[in-house]
Amino acid sequence: MDFKDYYKIMGVERDASQDEIKRAYRKLARKYHPDVSKEADAETRFKEVGEAYEALKDPEKRAAYDQLGANWKAGQDFHPPPDWNAGFEFSGGGYTGGNTSDYSDFFESLFGQGFGAAQAGRRHAGFHSHGNDHHAKVLVDLEDAYRGATRSIILQAPEVDSQGHVSTKQRTLNVKIPKGVKQGQRIRLSGQGSPGMGKGQAGDLYLEIEFNPHNIYKVDGLDIYLDLPVTPWEAALGASIKVPTPDGQVDLKIAQGTTSGRKLRLKGRGIPGKPPGDLYVIPQITLPPADSDAARELYQKMKQELAYNPRSKLGV
Amino acid sequence: MTQKTLSGILLDEQTELTLNDLCRACSSSAEWIIELVEEGVLEPVGYQQTQWRFSGISLQKVRTAMRLQQDLGINLAGIALALDLLDEINTLQARLCRYEPNDKD
Repeated sequence: MDFKDYYKIMGVERDASQDEIKRAYRKLARKYHPDVSKEADAETRFKEVGEAYEALKDPEKRAAYDQLGANWKAGQDFHPPPDWNAGFEFSGGGYTGGNTSDYSDFFESLFGQGFGAAQAGRRHAGFHSHGNDHHAKVLVDLEDAYRGATRSIILQAPEVDSQGHVSTKQRTLNVKIPKGVKQGQRIRLSGQGSPGMGKGQAGDLYLEIEFNPHNIYKVDGLDIYLDLPVTPWEAALGASIKVPTPDGQVDLKIAQGTTSGRKLRLKGRGIPGKPPGDLYVIPQITLPPADSDAARELYQKMKQELAYNPRSKLGV
Repeated sequence: MTQKTLSGILLDEQTELTLNDLCRACSSSAEWIIELVEEGVLEPVGYQQTQWRFSGISLQKVRTAMRLQQDLGINLAGIALALDLLDEINTLQARLCRYEPNDKD
């Protein structure tokens, strides 16, 4: 198990005051809060900071942690010394908050059992209660939203056994992704959460839809955007060109004199729904390279014969 | 191992959740949801609490609101403001993303 340097995680000195630790926590919590932060590893960082604060905010836990000594480096292989917390008197507060299953093995080994409060024991015989709901993310492709799909997802859920030990249990579910899903939408699967207690019903599983980034399409709600490269002659003279859509190729008429960046709407070709989204095609005029004599000659000819000044509006 | 395929319910704008459904799905108290309604964070259809119907989108809002309160200690007005700003950031980011080149070419 890896040693965790809680002071380093919080960015404070080992002799920081409780107030300094609290301020550092508040700041980092705002920075890495998964609902607010756009950083890729926000969730991991947020949990790490939460765990560090859980250990350092409580003077008893902090003193016990400090007793391990300052020579430990983060990531070093760690085993708690035998009776490491002997001589400390704990008030038995246990965890004060947060989801304990998110904490590392390192935290568990230090504060998990010896620190009073048993976390099992909430489950009494004869007590009926609805099982907990679970929430998870499922990654789907844009094409799945057009056609619907079946996704196999692997879920890991912490389980607490009768002795109060926490272990991770893995299960695989095949789930139907209905046609017309949007980014961020939830699918509710009844009865797939934690089992209920006594005669209580099982909880539900909520799956949040997230699209894999697509290499050619951009998604905004039900609308899809596609950058479409066109030649100067197609844009100038007009043309009928083949355009890919997530639902297959279509023919698109490009009007004479089309400019780059103009939005062409293909109504109802976005993600299906009531009403369906639209597909926006954005022409991008690309220049053929002047890499042969013939090509250079053509450009020269255009220069001589077109007398075109794209900067006339700039007064030059 | 063969497994049967599960079909769920898609929670969208058309989905209707009662106050009870929403409380259960978010493991939150009814009082907390009522406070969010009073603050204007949630806008259920229906006049009386027993007739309130929330859209599927509310679920996400309640859960985010709960996390903001628990993790950052933000009060209701602050939560309402944060949710509005987060919505706006998401809209702007989706728009920005359309103008940025694709990662893979």
